[in-house]
Amino acid sequence: MSNVIKIRKGYDIKLAGAAEQKFGATPSVSHYALIPDDFNGVIPKLEAREGDKVLAGDPVFYSKEDDRIKVCAPVSGEIAEVVRGEKRKILAIRILPDSDVQYRDFGTAKPGDLSREDVIERMLKSGVWASLQMRPYGRMANPDDSPKAIFISGMNSNPLAPDMNFVMSGQEKEFQAGLDALAKLTEGKIHLSLEAGVKSCPAFEGAQGVVKHQFDGPHPAGNVGTQIHHIDPINKGEVVWTMNPQDVVVLGRLFLEGKYRPERIVALTGSQVEAPQYYKLTSGASLKGVFEAGIKGDNNRYISGNVLTGRNAGKEGYLGYNDEQLTVIPEGDETEFLGWVLPGFGKFSLSRTFFSWLTPNKKYELNTNMHGEERAFVVTGQYERVFPFNIYPQQLIKAVMIKDIELMESLGIYEVTEEDFALCEVICTSKLPLQETMREGLDFMYKEMN
Amino acid sequence: MKFIQNLLDKARPAVTTGKLKPLYPLHNAIETLMFVPAHTTHSGSHVRDSIDLKRTMFTVIIALLPAVLFGMWNTGYWHNIAIGNESATLIDNVLYGATKLLPMIIVTYVFGLGVEIFFSYVRKHPVNEGFLVSGMLIPLIMPADIPLWMVAVSTVFAVLIGKEVFGGTGMNILNPALTARAFAFFAYPTFMSGDKVWIGGLTSGEGVVDGFSGATALGQYAAGVDAPMIGSHALDFNNAFLGLIPGSMGETSALAILIGALYLIYTGIGSWKIMLSGVLGAIVMGLTFNAFAEYAISPEQISFMSMPWYYHLVYGGFAFGIVFMSTDPVSAAQTERGKWIYGFLVGIFCIMIRVFNPAYPEGVMLAILFMNVMAPLIDHYVIQSNVKKRNKRAELATAKA
Repeated sequence: MSNVIKIRKGYDIKLAGAAEQKFGATPSVSHYALIPDDFNGVIPKLEAREGDKVLAGDPVFYSKEDDRIKVCAPVSGEIAEVVRGEKRKILAIRILPDSDVQYRDFGTAKPGDLSREDVIERMLKSGVWASLQMRPYGRMANPDDSPKAIFISGMNSNPLAPDMNFVMSGQEKEFQAGLDALAKLTEGKIHLSLEAGVKSCPAFEGAQGVVKHQFDGPHPAGNVGTQIHHIDPINKGEVVWTMNPQDVVVLGRLFLEGKYRPERIVALTGSQVEAPQYYKLTSGASLKGVFEAGIKGDNNRYISGNVLTGRNAGKEGYLGYNDEQLTVIPEGDETEFLGWVLPGFGKFSLSRTFFSWLTPNKKYELNTNMHGEERAFVVTGQYERVFPFNIYPQQLIKAVMIKDIELMESLGIYEVTEEDFALCEVICTSKLPLQETMREGLDFMYKEMN
Repeated sequence: MKFIQNLLDKARPAVTTGKLKPLYPLHNAIETLMFVPAHTTHSGSHVRDSIDLKRTMFTVIIALLPAVLFGMWNTGYWHNIAIGNESATLIDNVLYGATKLLPMIIVTYVFGLGVEIFFSYVRKHPVNEGFLVSGMLIPLIMPADIPLWMVAVSTVFAVLIGKEVFGGTGMNILNPALTARAFAFFAYPTFMSGDKVWIGGLTSGEGVVDGFSGATALGQYAAGVDAPMIGSHALDFNNAFLGLIPGSMGETSALAILIGALYLIYTGIGSWKIMLSGVLGAIVMGLTFNAFAEYAISPEQISFMSMPWYYHLVYGGFAFGIVFMSTDPVSAAQTERGKWIYGFLVGIFCIMIRVFNPAYPEGVMLAILFMNVMAPLIDHYVIQSNVKKRNKRAELATAKA
């Protein structure tokens, strides 16, 4: 196998509440919802109206910018409600599911026998396209681009992340079919990055038509951005696409079964979960059933995703479109008397300013407290400790803040998205909103360049 | 602690909407000082590191404590030597030092924070914690006998011109504490240099032993003395390492500073790269002078240039400057590679100014201020080399395609 790429800069936040490798009984899901904010860069235009009946795979909305890009219903049922916020922004589209899911038939096919255009058309029509991401900018892929390569991270190094080798076992056929379809999309290579030092599941082990890489080291070794940077970094003018393994499986199903079936395996994790384990859920599922039983306390943060990049879903929220993890941690909305003076034996910090360095293996039950107020940049060199890119993170963030296009470009903004700054944001002494800033910068760049 | 919270809650309406609005930054500062706020994450990562700017600054204060305590004692120690009171006890020495140091600390905090709070109100942002450290550093680099009003003026100058005109904490080019010292140095030279100022009580001359001179070791070397003494007290390497020499109040003990340095490095707050490269720079310069001592132009310079290189590390303000001043993250180089260059040059220039310019036997202040100004330039070239690499990679990719 390939050489091991060792990531040295980074940090694994040790949290309590990792999922046990077993499945919980799938709870009954009363309704589903599509959340447009899950799709970076897509301004939704409704295709289905309230009261319409849809099949799984029928378009619900399309992108204002490109009407070929559609987001489709994950299940069949009735569009129950379009939830709108300020300025009539669409927040969610709720779907009442049928008791038996009816699928729209896209026809089975062997991806190998199809042309690139056919594959793209099937992906666009079925809505599978929406889980194909592009870099630079970290938004939905543009079907008119020809990417130089496609990257798949076969490892998830986020805090409490699901074990991809567990999640992907038994999905060999679908995964391979998905890879075959992706192979049509690029003239370059498909890179599959795997965790070094562990036995890969058969789906990864037997994957054909891909270049495999092994990554070792702390988070963000499993982030696809880190992997791209170390395998084949993005230069100005180049485009790469990325996809999560579970979405590759959904793509494979489209060709094997002719159906859009966005079912996925999701890890329910976090210190507030009584029995952290895996569940089989469909994208957009209401999480009420999952959260109803077995959550400690009632003042909690319910996250669809992980603690670094997930979305605050709320107790009655929905599974994010591409999420494979749910995390429940306590809210931290309490003041702490002289908290910055105390020795802080049990306090999580990457620095050694609190005495928690005495207990390096402690698994933390972190809450959502900011532990301080926002301040100007003072400390330097801290982001670099958790940022395994040959990029100056603080300088890049400053360039984004002043919206200097040329500076952002030369400092390497094309190689990163906001998730690459998640750890920097966690450890930031000045409590600056780095991910939000990066997202604004990426959207700004996209607007300026297109 | 409920009653403090209640008190703050009670005052809140007055300072947010009422008549006392100008006091809001003060109210906010006290509140966040007493309680870590209940703010929760609203965007991006849901969990955050426990560290904040207060903790960072507090860590530096802890690292300064050995130097503060030793400085108090040492100020009293030399005062008692000067007045011939050789039987002074530890308590006597500390008490005398406290009468010199504590008022100065209070004055710097009151005036410095006053300016900060005023600007917080004008700029409508919370009070930044940077001055917590600056306010402690300023008294430590002042001579014991400097009048308090001079300290106050220097502090106000430093905060205004050194920091606020550039936009406040995080935006300044020069280290504020050194700016204060530089101001005092050039505005009130008679109180900042010479043979009398470094020992408490010497300026007024009250009760001082006849013929007693308080010239510092560096001052004596600059005057051509080979083995500096004060009375019967040798200012040799060992005593200088321990700190038993006269000087600015907090700077004399290399040992106390070393303890602080280790704590800063261990906690990750102070840059070990700057400290190490600074020491290396000083050693290189010291060795160079030793090697070329015979080419010196005057007998005084021969004596100074041939002073063993390692003496430079413990005399004067070098140790204090390199550990607590040059590592100020805002005014130092901000790139990791830049920090190596920056620290090294601080070391080089410090020893160079010390030895070559007899008017400033204390070179570390000027060396750091000079390198503060140069730091952005260093960073610029470090970053440009990164940019060039990226551009080259892009060119190669286009060439291939």
